[in-house]
Amino acid sequence: MFQLLPLALLGAVLGLDVVSFPQAMISRPLVAATAAATLLGDPARGLLIGATLEMFALETLPFGASRYPEWGSAAVVGGGLFAMHPEGGTGTFATAVLIALVAAWIGGWSMVQVRKLNARLARARHDDVASGSKRIVEGLQVFGLTADLVRGGALTAALLAVAIPTHTFVLARWGSDPRVSRAVVVALAASVAAGAVWKVVHAAPGARWLLLGGIGIGLALLAAR
Amino acid sequence: MSVGVEIPVRTRLAMFVRLLAIQGSWNYETLLGNGIGFCVEPALRLLPGGQGGPAYRAALARQSQYFNAHPYMAAVAVGALARAELDGEAPAKIERFRTALCGPLGSVGDRLVWAGWLPACSVAALAAFGFGVGTAGVVFVFLGLYNAGHLALRAWGLSAGLDHGMKVASALGEPVLRKSPPYIAQVAALVGGVALPLALDRVIGPGRALFGVVLAAVALGGLVLARLHGRVEGWKVAVGLLALFVLYSVVR
Repeated sequence: MFQLLPLALLGAVLGLDVVSFPQAMISRPLVAATAAATLLGDPARGLLIGATLEMFALETLPFGASRYPEWGSAAVVGGGLFAMHPEGGTGTFATAVLIALVAAWIGGWSMVQVRKLNARLARARHDDVASGSKRIVEGLQVFGLTADLVRGGALTAALLAVAIPTHTFVLARWGSDPRVSRAVVVALAASVAAGAVWKVVHAAPGARWLLLGGIGIGLALLAAR
Repeated sequence: MSVGVEIPVRTRLAMFVRLLAIQGSWNYETLLGNGIGFCVEPALRLLPGGQGGPAYRAALARQSQYFNAHPYMAAVAVGALARAELDGEAPAKIERFRTALCGPLGSVGDRLVWAGWLPACSVAALAAFGFGVGTAGVVFVFLGLYNAGHLALRAWGLSAGLDHGMKVASALGEPVLRKSPPYIAQVAALVGGVALPLALDRVIGPGRALFGVVLAAVALGGLVLARLHGRVEGWKVAVGLLALFVLYSVVR
């Protein structure tokens, strides 16, 4: 349980970064999962799962009012879970990735609830805002920031409280070959990333050939190793 | 360039820091509106009558209504609206200008940042990861690259808005804003192409024996997801498939 507190605080800060403050992308999985695993003394495992989650996150960009997964606290959960099993059980990676993806989904839902709460408060304070009250304008902003910080922290703590025993339960009964387990996760992550990169770049002149050329260079570099 | 009230450096800094929290009270009714009022507020203290005076309160009320834009490009609006208020423009004119800013600042920012800079920095970091760069190096590549662009864009936006006021449309015609998204996409395509096989190779670990099968699956999966663009979300499909695999691994 002592491990939960720093992870929950990290989840709070990184959850806040997703939209509210400062949107410096410290909440991207590559950073967030690495930070969580670093807290548990194993940054390399954090980077590994962070890179995998980043491939999924490439598809979900935070456009305007669209609803998207919340990767900050989710990556803290995934990175934390993966770092908690340094002995590397065969299903550790696949299960931690799945739990992080589900956490991102739940995190996205929780952000919508905070936005609805902000809307209710803004509606209730409309007359004060319309009178030009500095105290109310700043108060709404501080309330929203605080609510988002609390959301990230509470969500991370709650998810870890459920995910740690679930992870242990699943690992104790894991029956798949470790090579297949890792291959399935990597294939899914890289497929999503490939589709996402294509979606982002396909309209640019010549981008499809640059993408194919890049893949060719990447494969050639691998063959040369 | 506007030559109205001089805005002290301290006020500019206060506005810039507040810009980092512009989405703090984001909601489905006023969207970014309250955040705009929050960020413009330090400049409004320079209005005749000072903080709390009638001009200050009227301007703060005007600036805290509904507004929508990309959060980084909103810096342009914050600067331009602050300058318009300090120049004593007519309230009706400011409101029309405010409404007109929403569309361009949303679409330019979305194309430049969400569909350009962010994925480009993400694939650059994945490439660094694939090339075997260490933990701190990969994180530095991503955060360093991304935030160099992010902070520069916010700072430029605020400065351009404060300098040009209601004539800020000319600043939005900057070649960097108009022409860079296709170039960023081209770089992202090339770097992303190189990054994918290399990152896949580093993550796969014990599954390396199945590398060929995985590559074929990725080619097929990526193709299907690209073809189904807009109709399915790949990550949600992946959650379903991964859940089925975990379930199978537990019950077998």
